[in-house]
Amino acid sequence: MPRVTLVEGINLALARALADDPDVVLIGEDIGVNGGVFRATAGLQQRFGALRVQDTPLAEGLIGGMAVGMASQGLKVVAEIQFMGFLYPALDQIANHMARMRNRTRGRLTCPVVMRMPHGGGIHAPEHHSESLEVLLAHHAGLRVLCPSSPARAYGLLLAAIRDPDPVMFLEPTRLYRLAKQDVLDDGRALPLDEAVVLREGDDVTLVTWGAMVHDTLRAADELMNEKISCEVIDLSSLSPIDHDTILESVGHTGRLVIVHEAARNAGLGAEIAATVAEKALYDLLAPVVRVTGYDTVMPYFAMERSYILSVARIVDAAKQTLQG
Amino acid sequence: MKTIAQFAIGYEQLLDAEGRACGDLPPFANDADAMRRMYSMMVLCRLFDTKAINLQRTGRLGTYAPCTGHEATHVAVGAAMRPEDVLCPVYREYGTQIWRGVTLTEILTYWAGDERGTDFAGPREDFPWCVPIGSQTPHAAGVAMAFKMRRQPRCAVAYIGDGGTSQGAFHEAINLAGAHRLPVVFVVVNNGWAISVPVAQQTAAQTFAQKGLGNGVPGVQCDGNDILAVRKVMEDALERARSGEGPTVVEAVTYRLSDHTTADDASRYRPQGELDAAWQREPLLRTRRFMEQRGFWDESREAALRADCVAQIEAAVHGYQNRPAADTDHMFDHLFAHPPAALGEQMLTARQYGKTGSH
Repeated sequence: MPRVTLVEGINLALARALADDPDVVLIGEDIGVNGGVFRATAGLQQRFGALRVQDTPLAEGLIGGMAVGMASQGLKVVAEIQFMGFLYPALDQIANHMARMRNRTRGRLTCPVVMRMPHGGGIHAPEHHSESLEVLLAHHAGLRVLCPSSPARAYGLLLAAIRDPDPVMFLEPTRLYRLAKQDVLDDGRALPLDEAVVLREGDDVTLVTWGAMVHDTLRAADELMNEKISCEVIDLSSLSPIDHDTILESVGHTGRLVIVHEAARNAGLGAEIAATVAEKALYDLLAPVVRVTGYDTVMPYFAMERSYILSVARIVDAAKQTLQG
Repeated sequence: MKTIAQFAIGYEQLLDAEGRACGDLPPFANDADAMRRMYSMMVLCRLFDTKAINLQRTGRLGTYAPCTGHEATHVAVGAAMRPEDVLCPVYREYGTQIWRGVTLTEILTYWAGDERGTDFAGPREDFPWCVPIGSQTPHAAGVAMAFKMRRQPRCAVAYIGDGGTSQGAFHEAINLAGAHRLPVVFVVVNNGWAISVPVAQQTAAQTFAQKGLGNGVPGVQCDGNDILAVRKVMEDALERARSGEGPTVVEAVTYRLSDHTTADDASRYRPQGELDAAWQREPLLRTRRFMEQRGFWDESREAALRADCVAQIEAAVHGYQNRPAADTDHMFDHLFAHPPAALGEQMLTARQYGKTGSH
């Protein structure tokens, strides 16, 4: 079983999908000879040819639009947006066409498209390269939004996304691309969609998070355990739809909830989770819900990055806050 | 300084405003049945337009985008395409769509605010109407990319208006199509007005046909009220695309003889004299005159055609008005192939409170 990084897990899944299904096509900027700026598509054009692994002109709106056209003909398009800050021109196509083509044609035309894009900061990149814009996608009916937290989950979720007959936004935590290696069996098995994962069981506080923050949250849980505070850690994984049942079940057990996300607080997914817990499990709560999030500022240039991205200390403090009186 | 590249834009016109031939006629122009079929479709569109506007004015249809004045362009494009080609329309090219098998009932159903109108019984792979201006052009390029990848001898056709050419998506789509020599034709319907903005304020370009040149894609302009010219130019462009020579930008110069939509009042911004002059160039009469000169048409055929069109339209309106009602599940049924479980709860709420919202 190969030990691979998250970006190598993505590469394995893409190669598997290309080999298994002749309708799978990769498009994006610099994904061909160059293998993608993060090397997610390394070697794939050499193996599968320049039509199935296509370098596109430098236009994200076009990438979204041509994906819609190709998908309408039954191709399964996996498009790469090079950095999440460059997503905006493609939003017109994603929101106005990709997300709703099935609905507006009553199922006559569909959009089996996966839009892959890096998510979040932490790699000292220039401006517009470190955004966490999941809410822009999660707000649109007709889309699924996924965010893996490990090489194995990246492999299995990406295969699930490619095989799903509807558009899936696939957010890849930039900071995790090469952070750690994991054994990944390239067996072509997809993970289930729409499900959150309980990564660690605990009794005192539920910590819900996704993407790169999963790792910091697990470290926070370790520190808290040293202080005899037992945390249940949930990797949300599916950012739309949200698996509220798994969260509610956990909160029913612990009575305390901390939501951790790198994205800005205002109208973030944390608000959606907290509101649902308030609606459905208010009387299970032993303490107010706490959100640990990015600030409502512009994502700063990287010199200030370590002050923006939330720390293990903030997560630990938030969890303790729920345990005070 | 020496010249390193030169470009030219051709103009095609085969019928003058009086219906006299003014160029080398293509074979179909001498085919009585072909000409009758195209003319009949133009008349159907004109009469359908009038009916749809009346339905809107009397509260039996939502906002409607009329096609009056564009019939030659729309019908000629439909006639030039093959059934297996794919159309990416804007929202008023009914002549092309009906030619390809979209029904009058479907058109009315769409403009009644009912998604079922876009579930075309006929051209199953054609795109639905596209309201966000210009965003349909990359779809056509993508469809053409699929054709190229699968080595299918098929073409995509995207419509766009004169205003739409200002959108970045239009240029991005042409650029991709040129770079990959994709089998696609971009039809710019230059009808003079983008709602209230005239062409002179839209662009400094002499023609819209030349909008492809900067992207390495040739362009040609034709008289969009001349059904012979549009069909000839489209057939040439489609043949070029089908044989692997790449895309073309075709500009059809016509005129929007109607308001932009039934929600618009063009008299607020458009000089009456310009409209009156445009009626002198409208496409139906010149086509009929051409056919009468050739002995293809006469008054009795005209009367029979109009009676047949009225019957077709009445039947379509009847079908539209008597279509089954949609229940609230309609909003949820086609969001996903595999809907997330959480939508079920909202679907139940919608059932409980259907038709109770303010409006």
